[in-house]
Amino acid sequence: MSGKQEIILEFTLKASCFDSAGEASSKVKRVLQQIGVRADIIRRIAISAYEAEMNVIIHSLGGIMRAVIYFDHAELLFEDQGPGIGDVKLAMQEGFSTASDSVRQMGFGAGMGLPNMARCADVFDIQSEVGIGTKIRMIIYY
Amino acid sequence: MDEYFHSVRLIDSRCKGCVNCTKHCPTEAIRIRAGKAHIIESRCIDCGACIRHCSSHAKTAVTDSLADLARYAINIALPAPTLYAQFPLEFSIEAILGGLYTLGFDEVFEVARGAEVLSLPIKKYLNGKESKKPAISSACPAVVRLIQVEFPELIENLVPLAAPVEVAARLARSVYSKKYDLTADEVGVWFITPCPAKMTACKQPIGYGKSNITGAIAISQIYGDLLRNISQIKKEKTKNDHMASWVGIGWAVAGGETSHIPEAKKLVVHEISNVSSVLEQVAMGKLDEIDYIETLACAGGCIGGPLTIENRFVAESRMKERMERLKDNYQESKEDLFRDYDTDELSIIERRVIEAKPMMLLDKDICKAMDKVDLIEKTLGSLPGLDCGSCGSPNCRALAEDIAQGRASETDCLFRLRERVRDLAKEMISLAEKLPPPLDKEAEE
Repeated sequence: MSGKQEIILEFTLKASCFDSAGEASSKVKRVLQQIGVRADIIRRIAISAYEAEMNVIIHSLGGIMRAVIYFDHAELLFEDQGPGIGDVKLAMQEGFSTASDSVRQMGFGAGMGLPNMARCADVFDIQSEVGIGTKIRMIIYY
Repeated sequence: MDEYFHSVRLIDSRCKGCVNCTKHCPTEAIRIRAGKAHIIESRCIDCGACIRHCSSHAKTAVTDSLADLARYAINIALPAPTLYAQFPLEFSIEAILGGLYTLGFDEVFEVARGAEVLSLPIKKYLNGKESKKPAISSACPAVVRLIQVEFPELIENLVPLAAPVEVAARLARSVYSKKYDLTADEVGVWFITPCPAKMTACKQPIGYGKSNITGAIAISQIYGDLLRNISQIKKEKTKNDHMASWVGIGWAVAGGETSHIPEAKKLVVHEISNVSSVLEQVAMGKLDEIDYIETLACAGGCIGGPLTIENRFVAESRMKERMERLKDNYQESKEDLFRDYDTDELSIIERRVIEAKPMMLLDKDICKAMDKVDLIEKTLGSLPGLDCGSCGSPNCRALAEDIAQGRASETDCLFRLRERVRDLAKEMISLAEKLPPPLDKEAEE
């Protein structure tokens, strides 16, 4: 059974479900540790996965996270339903946030999410349509 | 020395093979095999959680004893400030230190002074550009080990300075070998320790070649003698002319270490599972706006150490009262803390290099490791998910990992074994119903 090409980890993310928030990213991190990916790379993957996971939970109506782990890189895919981002360029600016006060009080929604992801990932791809949803694809090489 | 030294050990004869310790170990370092607990050395961080939770008292901490003092010309006691919390307030700190002389020590040097000396370099480091936010305290050796094995990506966040006891030991060794005109080797420097992690840190220092601490003696081991002796010398003054201030002794309780950096954004986290979950958040980049995290493996801080006597709430209240009393006559500026030491001696606050010791790795070959991850997920799906621990691994996931590593088998799971027995029994019944063709009358029709 050797020669396995990739490990696929899939998670359903529920909107506003804060009690399991971050668990998906933690699981991805654990697998990366188990296969011996370098610590600094794990950190970048964990941070970008966590940011994106939280975005889906806070801002969308729910979605999925899919991590595909290869022997030399990892790909993170996020797909959510509605409301979508009207102005992606604006959302990519540091400090821009549409998070509600209650979410901010929980320590989220500082408006660093997207720029942080883009900084951590080697490939960062975002597509968003208002009323439909947002897709984010990130690749990080080991 | 072996790659691993651990203070935490098992007393074989007392172990009943129950699973309590496996469940409470923060790094899942214990397995029950052949009726006894086995500690996986590469995972153990010497936090002492198993000592706390073993109802058979089969877990213990190996420390040195007073008999070891005979090997040295001069012996110095380095009492952890936690020691002061073991005694009611009517015993002054002077009296407690005085009591240490009666146990055979020639000199006493408070670890709290090491903590004070460290306060300034820590502050400097936090304000400097090289510190990575959030900086994580490296004073608790169990936390440092936890980071080495489970959070190697956070090593760069650890403050790369020696722990207070190590600073105190270097100062004491230098001061007293000069005073007695002895070589450094003739001086025994003994840490009076509240926990096994610090014992391990003397024998196997993290980040510097050799520790200046000769050995460690548990507070619980000398408590009885000390109590008897100080009751008699209650009023006697100690030989110590320089006593530590509230800043230094405060390190015994959670929040004490960060009391000297009031302006920093800080978190005080104690109890090892809390420390783990906060470190996980740091790893996810969630706490980047925090300047400093004081992390302590024991609930309440060092006063909650497994080798202490007094309950930690009583200890905490005493410690805080002692701090208040010291605060009242605290006038010296912090720079004065250094007045007794020359520059050479202070240069002992050198940087340490802490290395990663990741324990999660399944295989050095990444492709094989990936196969194992796959196998773990599949195995986990077939396990009951009750996390009962009867297999000797702390939970179903750990058993799945042990199976993937060839250290356990699926039938170690009682439920899987039962299933297999039931399937086998069914098969036997269906075989028993089968008759050889000459006797099988029904088949004819």
